Amino acid sequence: MPVITYRDALNAALREEMHRDDRVFIMGEEVAVYQGAYKVSKGLLQEFGEMRVVDTPITELGFAGVGVGAAMVGLRPVIEFMTWNFAVLALDQIINAASKMLYMSGGQYNIPMVFRGPNGAALQLSAQHSQAFESWLAHMPGVKVVTPGTPYDAKGLLKSAIRDDNPVLFLEGEMLYNTKGEVPDEEYLIPIGKADLKREGDACSIITNGKMALVAMNAADQLAKDGIHVDVVDLRTVRPMDVEAIRASVEKTNRAVVLEEGWELAGIGAQVVDYVQRDCFDSLDAPVIRVHQADVPMPYAKNLERAAKPDVAKTIAAVRKVMYLD
Amino acid sequence: MAKKKTESNNSDRDLNFELLRSMLLQRRFEERTAEAYALGKIGGFCHLYIGQEAVSTGTLSMLRPDDYVITTYRDHGQALARGIAPGPIMAELFGRATGTSRGKGGSMHIFDRNTNFLGGHGIVGGHVPLATGVGFAIKYRGGDQLCLCYMGESVVNTGAFHEALNMAGLWKLPVVYVIENNRYGMGTALERASAIHDIYERGAAYNMAKAHCDGQDVYAVREAMKECVDRARTDSAPTLLEVRTYRFMGHSMSDAVSGTYRPKSELEEWQKRDPIVLLRMHMQEQNQLNDAQLTELDEKIKKEVQDAWDFADNSPEPPLEALFEDILVDTTSDSHAQAMAGD
Repeated sequence: MPVITYRDALNAALREEMHRDDRVFIMGEEVAVYQGAYKVSKGLLQEFGEMRVVDTPITELGFAGVGVGAAMVGLRPVIEFMTWNFAVLALDQIINAASKMLYMSGGQYNIPMVFRGPNGAALQLSAQHSQAFESWLAHMPGVKVVTPGTPYDAKGLLKSAIRDDNPVLFLEGEMLYNTKGEVPDEEYLIPIGKADLKREGDACSIITNGKMALVAMNAADQLAKDGIHVDVVDLRTVRPMDVEAIRASVEKTNRAVVLEEGWELAGIGAQVVDYVQRDCFDSLDAPVIRVHQADVPMPYAKNLERAAKPDVAKTIAAVRKVMYLD
Repeated sequence: MAKKKTESNNSDRDLNFELLRSMLLQRRFEERTAEAYALGKIGGFCHLYIGQEAVSTGTLSMLRPDDYVITTYRDHGQALARGIAPGPIMAELFGRATGTSRGKGGSMHIFDRNTNFLGGHGIVGGHVPLATGVGFAIKYRGGDQLCLCYMGESVVNTGAFHEALNMAGLWKLPVVYVIENNRYGMGTALERASAIHDIYERGAAYNMAKAHCDGQDVYAVREAMKECVDRARTDSAPTLLEVRTYRFMGHSMSDAVSGTYRPKSELEEWQKRDPIVLLRMHMQEQNQLNDAQLTELDEKIKKEVQDAWDFADNSPEPPLEALFEDILVDTTSDSHAQAMAGD
């Protein structure tokens, strides 16, 4: 099977869907002439022309709303945010327009569109450029929130997101674009809302999403060397959340660590723990432990940033703790 | 203050009668809306359109059925002038299952797919980028429709307005941005909110055609709108049209008619230029309307509004199952959207 980067997987998904459906267009800052700030849209301008690959001014609120308006009347926009950090300026269009249009119009106007871009921290970008937004975005009804961690998932899920008749918030990872993985040549779709068991074991469940899936797999591989085999449940989609996959894993392992990139309070992990305590109460052999970013704005200095981020060592420590090994 | 009537067909009796009917329907509807609100049949925020009827009727009478309309939360008058039946609008205000949004939107969120009425929107400025997006979609498909976007004058101070109009000017999109300058953003006068007071001049920043007109004279509105429509259809170019009007009621039902922010004398001065009275007087001068015909029209409209009230009042509340409906559509592009595309 061909091995390609996460970036190329996304690019292939866009290209295939734009060939398939001429209502699909991509719009955002630097997506056309510059070929994409992270080159996800590379080559698309040459292939599809400037009406379907549209550079915008730096105007997140404006072009997010342009997408919503175009979606209301039958187009299928893919709106690229250079980073989800900038999408904060566009939240009115996501929260007040896209997520609520179907409901407040009594079912008359659905919004078939994708908002996508890199999410979470990269390296030393400090406070304003290093935020993981999935818990903010997953809070509201009326949207789907997708956080692929691998090239395979990125391609299959982006294709599904573009075909979905609802607003899909698609959170990529800046640190993931260069990661590689197997992606078949033939077309495939991954259903939104389905988790993926990325490692199998019976000692503990690591429940995670997005970029942290890589951290979890890395932790699992290291733990395996000590004979500790864990499940890695990659949620892939955080709204809707695959509660059944969480339950099945925890009932098998009786222990859980929840790993997420964002902050603790009202985080994705808090919701996972709520499901676990409700659905798996009798299965648990230990309290669930969460691994997350320190409750601080992201610092710049290397050592401080490292201390703030969830990582493999913190995840391994959490697993050992719920197993009462340390 | 009377403005010279310049529109060539203002001697067209049938047209004038229809314009009068449209404005009077809005007036009578809003009067009963106020009554229903006082009786507790309507809840939440409710913003009346009384005094501004020449804006909706004047602009919408120049549109085609396949054009698009999007507006703010002060949306009852435009919904009626667009041709949405009064019954479902009143039922929406009453929160009933037969309402335009099945009772889930309320006064601020009137939508109607049949007339391309893309909604009343509740965040000041938030819908203006949507209008630009509709214009983008029209151009994308190569159509000759346009999008008419209403907003109050206070919107021009938002970032969303600036961002949306810049892109419409940059990309030459067929959108008519109509500013209903009713002098007050809630209770703050235009002069206390905007650094410039000739609002239409803002169009210069976006290389966009700009104009202003008298919003109490339905002919003046139609004439100004005609240029905007032609520009959109033939040149695919946007216009910023400032229509100068006045809100005869408070900002919302919780705001007294004159309030602390505007003198009663100012209100009374504007009421002398009631758009319905101006058209009626013109028609009477032209011998196009006698007292009996006026009374007959008014009685007919009052009955139409009473019927709307009765329809709303007798309609059921939404079933509880509706609570969890219309959050997401359970479809993909292969089925649902395919059928909805291209309208």
